[in-house]
Amino acid sequence: MTFSEFINMSGYGHYVWSSFGITLVLLVWQVIQPINELNELKRKISQSNLRNTKRR
Amino acid sequence: MNPVMKWIHLLGSPPYFYRFSGKLLPWLSVLCIILFVWGLYGGLVQAPADYQQSDAFRIIYVHVPSAWMSLFVYVTMAVAGAIGIIWHVKMAEIVCVTSAPIGAVFTFLALLTGSIWGKPMWGTWWVWDARLTSELILLFLYFGVMALYRAIEDKRMAARAVAILALVGLVNIPIIHYSVEWWSTLHQGPTVTKFDKPSMDASMLIPLLVMALAFQLYYCIVLLLRMRTELVNRERNSKWVNDLVSP
Repeated sequence: MTFSEFINMSGYGHYVWSSFGITLVLLVWQVIQPINELNELKRKISQSNLRNTKRR
Repeated sequence: MNPVMKWIHLLGSPPYFYRFSGKLLPWLSVLCIILFVWGLYGGLVQAPADYQQSDAFRIIYVHVPSAWMSLFVYVTMAVAGAIGIIWHVKMAEIVCVTSAPIGAVFTFLALLTGSIWGKPMWGTWWVWDARLTSELILLFLYFGVMALYRAIEDKRMAARAVAILALVGLVNIPIIHYSVEWWSTLHQGPTVTKFDKPSMDASMLIPLLVMALAFQLYYCIVLLLRMRTELVNRERNSKWVNDLVSP
């Protein structure tokens, strides 16, 4: 099997690769999203903590 | 109390859970990536083309694991919700509410890859038959759970309402599974999850099972990540969160 045959998938390349591509993108995004959210949340909490200490 | 029960109780403590999941995540991620690489290589390269569907059948390696997970996550969500209601276990509530968006993504992927597979094989992107329609209803059930959780201010109250919705929606799960047997449809019948031997050669079946395992592990990873975020958010005024964020 050559590389171009592999990409072509007997003519079904568009269907096969779009399925795998969309799945990959969504699955990776779904991992990054909660990590970003947690970092953002930690940053916000520590900022509001700092403000509270200054006020005291 | 025996050590296992003691440990399970310990996991119910947010700071312990946060630390433990933090240590567990890198190992799960490595294992998950290995399984994905193995499953993808087996499915895209090693497995022979299907005698009827040629190379288009390879969509099965993302479609079927997504579809299985869409059902598995729903059952997990409903069971966790029930445990949360009956025994007031906070961690179970959090498993319930954080599972919904993950399940929605799996359901969306099952519908989308199924549609992309249906076009060349059935000649249409979509039919309103029992399997496809009941899976679409599953997607709306997930959306309903997510919307309901957001709509109620008091998060413990919200988790209880969500659990009841999830339990009612459980009736859809056997309908999805048996839809291909109860009603006539374009969708093929089960090839793996039946009491008989799977009607699939090992060279095609093993990569599918590896992918299914990879998806399962992936769900655990994203669930842990989401649970950690939810815990920090809910307990933002507690001492352990303040210790966590202070530099």
